[in-house]
Amino acid sequence: MSASRTPALVEVRGVAQRYGHGDKRFTAVENINLSIREGEFVALLGPSGCGKSTLLRIITGLNEPSEGAVLYRGEPLRGVNPKATIVFQTFALFPWLTVEDNVAVALQARGVAPEPAHARAVELIDLVGLDGFEQAYPRELSGGMRQKVGIARALAVDPELLCLDEPFSALDVLSAETLRGEVLELWTGGQLQIRAVLMVSHNIEEAVFMADRIVVMDKGPGRIVAEVAVNLPHPRDRKSDAFAALVNRVYALLMGQTQPEEVEFGTEPGQAGKTRALPMAPVTALAGLLEHTNATPYERDEIAQLREDLGLNLDDLLPLVEAAELLGFARVEGGAMILTPLGEAFAEASILARKEIFATRLRRLPFFRWMLRMLQAAGDQALRWEVLLTALERDFPPEEAERQLDIASEWGRYAELFAYDDTEGVFFLEGREAATPAGAGER
Amino acid sequence: MAATRRVFTPTPSTRPQITGADLTILLIVAGLLALAVWLAQTAPTAVRGPDISLESTALPYYAMLSVGRMAAAYALSLLFTLLYGYIAAYNPRAERWMLPLLDVLQSVPILSFLPVVLLSLSAVLPERVAVELAAIVLIFTSQVWNMTFAWYQSLSTVPGELREASAMFRFSPWRRFTTTELPFGALSLIWNSMMSWAGGWFFLMAAEIFTLGDRDFRLAGLGAYLQTAADAGNIAAIGWGLLTLVVVIVALDQLIWRPLLAWADRFKLEQVERDAPTSSWFYELLQRAALPQLIGRLWAPVNGALDRMLIRDPAPIRTANPAPRRRSPLTWLFIVVTVALALGGALVGGRLLLQVPPAQWLNIALGVGATMLRVSAALVIALLWTVPVGVYIGTHPRAAAVLQPLVQIVASIPATALFPVLVLALLAAPGGLNLAAVLLMLLGTQWYLLFNVIAGATALPQDLRYTSDLLQLSGWMRWRVLILPALFPYLITGMITASGGAWNASIVAEYVVFGGETYATLGVGSQITSATAAGDYPGLLAATLTMVLTVVTINRLVWRRLYRLAETTYRMD
Repeated sequence: MSASRTPALVEVRGVAQRYGHGDKRFTAVENINLSIREGEFVALLGPSGCGKSTLLRIITGLNEPSEGAVLYRGEPLRGVNPKATIVFQTFALFPWLTVEDNVAVALQARGVAPEPAHARAVELIDLVGLDGFEQAYPRELSGGMRQKVGIARALAVDPELLCLDEPFSALDVLSAETLRGEVLELWTGGQLQIRAVLMVSHNIEEAVFMADRIVVMDKGPGRIVAEVAVNLPHPRDRKSDAFAALVNRVYALLMGQTQPEEVEFGTEPGQAGKTRALPMAPVTALAGLLEHTNATPYERDEIAQLREDLGLNLDDLLPLVEAAELLGFARVEGGAMILTPLGEAFAEASILARKEIFATRLRRLPFFRWMLRMLQAAGDQALRWEVLLTALERDFPPEEAERQLDIASEWGRYAELFAYDDTEGVFFLEGREAATPAGAGER
Repeated sequence: MAATRRVFTPTPSTRPQITGADLTILLIVAGLLALAVWLAQTAPTAVRGPDISLESTALPYYAMLSVGRMAAAYALSLLFTLLYGYIAAYNPRAERWMLPLLDVLQSVPILSFLPVVLLSLSAVLPERVAVELAAIVLIFTSQVWNMTFAWYQSLSTVPGELREASAMFRFSPWRRFTTTELPFGALSLIWNSMMSWAGGWFFLMAAEIFTLGDRDFRLAGLGAYLQTAADAGNIAAIGWGLLTLVVVIVALDQLIWRPLLAWADRFKLEQVERDAPTSSWFYELLQRAALPQLIGRLWAPVNGALDRMLIRDPAPIRTANPAPRRRSPLTWLFIVVTVALALGGALVGGRLLLQVPPAQWLNIALGVGATMLRVSAALVIALLWTVPVGVYIGTHPRAAAVLQPLVQIVASIPATALFPVLVLALLAAPGGLNLAAVLLMLLGTQWYLLFNVIAGATALPQDLRYTSDLLQLSGWMRWRVLILPALFPYLITGMITASGGAWNASIVAEYVVFGGETYATLGVGSQITSATAAGDYPGLLAATLTMVLTVVTINRLVWRRLYRLAETTYRMD
């Protein structure tokens, strides 16, 4: 490839980020090798929790990696990279400063005197098309306009590396589309000093529409699983076959393939081997997905269509698909989700029959086998929330452990495997006498 | 509507148990207390108070003195708040002990320290200076904790992306403070300052009228004026004194706090325009005046210079895993000094406490019981009238428009200012001082409850009210299913503050010097003051420690649990 001859602007070498100490040490991202060359627009894509935002913060120097190094123009990075800048997902504007002050403050922080800073700020505000809003406060602006301020502020420091952290995901569909076009225009126009763009995204179409190269990440632990070059000329036609083919290829990469059961299931919490994290899939949404897919079967390569029909974004859809896969309701092959006979039965079953099917499947999962065994072994067949949480914290980071217990509680209560008393904070087996469990009085 | 916000107490932490850190901190507090008592033994046995003129022309001067003390204490509080909060928020090692310390200190009945602080200060300083300083220290300790807590909480909740933007755009520490942190914390800091300022009056009045046997610790000021007037039975002077107090309080509210709030409206974080902003006529006037702009123009270069001076390159990195740093020699010195103080204090304290005969311990226990009964009575009476009235005001906007400002003015009069008047009126009645003590506690505490009930009733969700109408819930059923559960978190918040205030009030309420006579009733508050008056230092230490322990224990075992229940089960979301 010709690109390999141009020098790398950023080089990430063997980077890992770990949190915690000793027993409770968890890996956010691991074994990351990546280079961004001059003139490149790179998109980082992956399910939520894969560490793409962490990687962006490591590349800009906001976070220091636990292992490995980031080289900028061949030099190891120390501290925040002065040549880089970030456009944030939630804009990160100072609500108490006007549009003009929000942009000028970036310049003044670098020692530019107030007058030239404000003059440059006005120019940039004009460039992003917000002329006339200089004295407005962010709260007066729509989401799209706020993000324009974010972009103007990022451009104010004449960055070489422009980092976009899911910049369009907090916007409505139409504003997002407009801003994508405008960012591309700024980038391809070439009047700016920007040498490369790095965009974190959870929207596959967006990444294929904008980037020259897509770096696909996966979670558990966060790592790079594939890189896809996008060699389509700008402006790209979303309706073209080449575009659709690329989108589906990336979908297939992200969704993976359904593995044999023992691989999918993982091991029980507290045992050797990898504990499978439960996907964050609400039961009602999962049932909805199965019903929809059952009513309108999709051919291969139509997962993009499914996402569009349901109006879900990727971060909501992927956990649902993963849950359907884990529970044996569907198989994923080559970017398509195919319902199993069990999945079809579930979609067509009555309210109570669905609970039966769900319970049967849950009993097979190591996570629930472990929970039920713990409950049966406990005196009074009841366990406090904190006890299970502490046990889970050996396998998951603290916040993740809490989320895992939350979703397990929802699934298990829906399936009537166990009940949970919120006032006392106690899980107990159904059919047990409702009595105060041992230890509950100590609070 | 200021009172519809739930800002009357800082959020207590939700740990209900007493942990090792708490015990350590209690031990240190006890040690310091013992050292102060030990110091107090050399305090002069007679102190002459100031001569108070009852001329109404003297009132502006007295008002000035009182406000001056408040301002000095507030300035001290603000400085302490900014520093302490900053260190606690950014130094994880310090945070570990600074937070529990704050937690214990804000639940300790501050007034119980007044006798000890007064005596120990007057042992080492000239009388007048000691008394002034003791008043300022007392007000400071009543104002500072909730402000510090609020500032710490603001600092630790600055949104991650704003923090990252500040780092990404390489803000200097000064710019980060003025552009990110201070604006973010401004609203909560101002609200809590208003709270603290209002609470400060209570302690100022208490400090200004404090007398112990032959030691007259009174300070020239509005409090002493009111007390002298009540002593002389001069109704006109009492009237003028109260009027001045109300005028001063209302004027400060209108000229300082309201404008500050109106100005701080820009610091609201919500990116949408929601409820109507606070309005202030004085702020609007200021905006049209030229002076503030002039000050702004003079400030800009100073601000810029400070910023440029502090620009550092490269900006600091936030590491996910800070390597454990070694303790600096200064930290070690600090630890050694604290431990030495605590040990020394424990030694001195232990020796003093051993001198207390068992009969006196029994008496102190009885006193705690008696005071607890009074506190409970005050709380029950307050609940009985504030809940119906508060619910009425909260659910009838038209009544609220009329009553709310009125209630705010009445509530702004510090209960301690009224106390001499109460004593004058009630000493002759059966159960005289007992009744006056409960009334004083009630006066000091009922407003917190009322404001919280109003806030809770105003926040009753409309859809729940409609549902209750549709279900035809009425009478007791409506109270049990809708109103009381919805009010519960607000009631608990109000009662935590109210009970703290009532314990505090016992110090001045149970032991009174009036018209040259000393009146006392059984209670731990009266034991603290009478032990001080009699120079019974072991008794003073024993009673003060017992009271602190009792209140901290009640807080942990009762209020914390109820608060947690309110936060989990009775939360509206």
